[in-house]
Amino acid sequence: MAATQAGMKRFYALFAVLAVVGLGALGYLLTRPATVSIPANVTVQPSDTSGFAGYVKGASTAPVEITEYADYQCPFCQTFATLQMPTIEERLIKTGRLRWRYRDFPLQQHSFARLAAHSAACADEQGKYWEQHDRIYQGQSEWAAARNAAPFFRRYAQAIGLDMSRYDACMQSGKYAGRIQSDLNSGVQLGVSSTPTLLVNGRLYRGRFDSDAITRLVDSLARQTTR
Amino acid sequence: MIYRMSAVLLSLAGLFISAYLYLYKLGKVGSLACGTGGCETVQWSPWSRVAGIEVSLVGLLGYAGLLVLGLASLQPALAERKRPAELLALLAGIGVLFTLYLTYLELFVIHAICRWCVASGVVILAIFVVSLFDLRRLARMRNS
Repeated sequence: MAATQAGMKRFYALFAVLAVVGLGALGYLLTRPATVSIPANVTVQPSDTSGFAGYVKGASTAPVEITEYADYQCPFCQTFATLQMPTIEERLIKTGRLRWRYRDFPLQQHSFARLAAHSAACADEQGKYWEQHDRIYQGQSEWAAARNAAPFFRRYAQAIGLDMSRYDACMQSGKYAGRIQSDLNSGVQLGVSSTPTLLVNGRLYRGRFDSDAITRLVDSLARQTTR
Repeated sequence: MIYRMSAVLLSLAGLFISAYLYLYKLGKVGSLACGTGGCETVQWSPWSRVAGIEVSLVGLLGYAGLLVLGLASLQPALAERKRPAELLALLAGIGVLFTLYLTYLELFVIHAICRWCVASGVVILAIFVVSLFDLRRLARMRNS
């Protein structure tokens, strides 16, 4: 039974309306300012890490290594990074007594933690990981409460002199999602459940989080290794 | 004709869903409007590609094929022909089987559900059902 001409006209009108609505929605999504999101719980591929085991600063010959598992959006990590780390760096890292390894441990409740970690990873591509790391922590109070933190990270990236076309492409790709997840997974395996968590020469640290306590500990461990 | 019209409208809906997911994988639309977070888990899993091709692109091409076929089948010369209905049912049937495989992966391998994938699954199943109704309609016409 053939459809009536009026019926066909109604169908094509409905088809056109749906097509316009659909194309309009896609057009809107394509033209709105991009908000990058870094997926959680991705399956880690061997290529995601390829030997990567955190961001390291300090001499490879340093007698003590501290691994920090931290979340860019955690206030305690921010205090530690901005108040204690400069002293630790001056006293211990620059003097060759300590090697510092930073690993991401983005907590589920912190919506921008992965994005921040990814932004720092993109800066690492251009050899400016620690600069971006510091900027992100210093600006935590402004971006943590924002609706979208990406423009803040972009501004920091610009300020430290990154090639912005490379940075934007890196952020859009989300290519370090697996690496961030692998950091988190490694922390979980080691028993990390909060941030920041420190591992001193591979063992979970239960002491105080201030530069004096860490200096005493590093000095004592360094003496043991040199004996 | 109502069945073929429905198949066309459903194919258009499926085309937009697949396009949305594919554009997301290309990094063109920011984050997915999903709610559960399961969409991103599924979309970034190793099973989001089949033989090196994005599953969402496979869906996009499949729905585009169904749309073209459906629109062609509405033309007066083909309106009462059985072949377009058979092709629609065949293509949608393959889509249903592929969707069943993907749903199995979501439930038992990836352990995450993507709502957009579920929506696409409902659409392809609906296209398959209406194409079967169309085949039945044509069979009844031949018998009467």
